[in-house]
Amino acid sequence: MNSGVWVALSLSLKVAGWATLLNMVLGVAAAYGLSRWRSPARDLVDAVLTLPLVLPPTVLGYYLLVLLGRRGVFGAWLEKWGIELVFTWQGAVIAATIVAFPLVLKSARAAFENVDAQLENAARVLGVSEAGVFFRVTLPLASKGIIAGVLLAFARALGEFGATLMIAGNLPGRTQTLSVAIYEAVQAGDDQTANLLVLITSATCIVVLLIAGRLLPKSQRRRNT
Amino acid sequence: MTIEISIRKHMQADDRGFDLDIALSTESNRVVLYGPSGAGKSLTLRAIAGLLTPDEGVIRLKQHTLFDSAAAICLPPQQRKVAYLFQDYALFPHLTVAQNVAFGLRSGCTNMRRPHEHPAVQKWLASFELTTTANSYPHQLSGGQRQRVALARALVLEPDILLLDEPFSALDLSLREKMRYELSELQRRLNVPMMVITHDPADLTLLGDDIFEIRDGSISRAK
Repeated sequence: MNSGVWVALSLSLKVAGWATLLNMVLGVAAAYGLSRWRSPARDLVDAVLTLPLVLPPTVLGYYLLVLLGRRGVFGAWLEKWGIELVFTWQGAVIAATIVAFPLVLKSARAAFENVDAQLENAARVLGVSEAGVFFRVTLPLASKGIIAGVLLAFARALGEFGATLMIAGNLPGRTQTLSVAIYEAVQAGDDQTANLLVLITSATCIVVLLIAGRLLPKSQRRRNT
Repeated sequence: MTIEISIRKHMQADDRGFDLDIALSTESNRVVLYGPSGAGKSLTLRAIAGLLTPDEGVIRLKQHTLFDSAAAICLPPQQRKVAYLFQDYALFPHLTVAQNVAFGLRSGCTNMRRPHEHPAVQKWLASFELTTTANSYPHQLSGGQRQRVALARALVLEPDILLLDEPFSALDLSLREKMRYELSELQRRLNVPMMVITHDPADLTLLGDDIFEIRDGSISRAK
C-alpha cells in the first residue's frame, strides 16, 4: 500500500513541478504583455486567459480531450509526430498548467503594474537596452509578487483533479496523482490510504501557502524611496 | 552649447485638452525653465530626453539632432546622451548605491559585477562623499545623499546635457540652500550644460543665466 502512496506523491510532484516551470515562463510572459499592451482587446484577452480559474475543471478537461484527443484538432497532428498526450503524465502536466495558469497571470500582472514606470524611464535615459530594462529593473522589482503567484500555482497544480482525470485518466503508477488516488481510495473504502494521502496533500499545500504568504505582502518592501 | 527646441504636442486626458507649444534657442550653459506646476515644464524636459514624442518639431543639442519630425528622426532615449534627474530621483530601490551609480555603464541585461572597483564609479562616489555608503540601499540614505547618488549615476556617463526636474523640491528647506549652491559649483567645475526646471524664485538667481517662463504650454524669455 505504502509504495503506491509514494509513487502517487512523486508523480504529483513531477506533474506540479513541470506545470509550475511552464507557467513561470508562459504566465510571466503573458502577464508582462498584458500589463504593457494598450488595446481595447486587452480586457477580453485577460478574461479568456483567466477562464481556467472559474470554469469547472471537467469542462477544461473536456476541451483538452476535444483538442488533444486522437481525433482532436491538435491530437491528430501530434500523433503524426509520435506525441500522445491522452492517458500520459505529460497530459496531466498540460491539464495542471492550464488550471494553474491564471494564478501566475494575476499576481505577476499586478506585480508588473506596480513597478514604477519612472524607474524604467530612468534606466532608458541611462542608455540601458529595453531587454536590460526588463531584466535589471522590471523583473527584479516584480519578483516577489511573481514568486508568490508561482507558489500558489504549484499548490493548485498539486491538487488538480478534474481536468487531470479527464485527460490523463487514473492509471496507477503512470497517471494516478495524489488527488486521483484519494478519490479511488475513498471509492474502494480504503480509509487508511485515503487518510494518509489527504494528510500528505494538506501538509504540502500548507507549507507552500505559508511560503507564499510570507512573500506576498513584502512585495513592495523596498519601494519606499 | 547650443540648444534649439521647437516642438508642439497635443495631449488629451478625458475631456480636457492641453497644448504644448515650446520654442527656445540658447547658447547658455545654465538654462532655467520657470513657471507654475502643470504648465508644461516637465513635458518639455521629457521631450528632450526622449520620454515623450512631440507631434511635430525639432530638438537639437550642439550639432546632434535628437528629434526632427520633418526628417522622421526620433532617437530613442538610450541614444540621446542626456542625463535626467527626476524629481524623486528614481533611484533603483533594489540596488546599492554603487550599483545605482554603475547602472548605465552596462547597457545589456546584467548589472556590473563589482561596481565599487570600477574607477569611474569610485571617482564619482568619492567626489560626492558617498564612498562610505557605497553598499547601502537608497531607502537608508538621507534626501541630500539620494540626490547626490542620482547626480553621480547621471554624470558617470559624461552626458551632453544635464536635465533637472525640480531638483530641490524633495529636500528640506534647510538643505535646499546648500544643495543649490553645490549644484551651481558642480556645473561650473564640470562645465556641463544644464537645464533646470523650477517654480522656486531662489533657483533663478543662482542657477539661471538664461531664463524662460513656461505658462499654459507656451514659453517666453524672461531674462
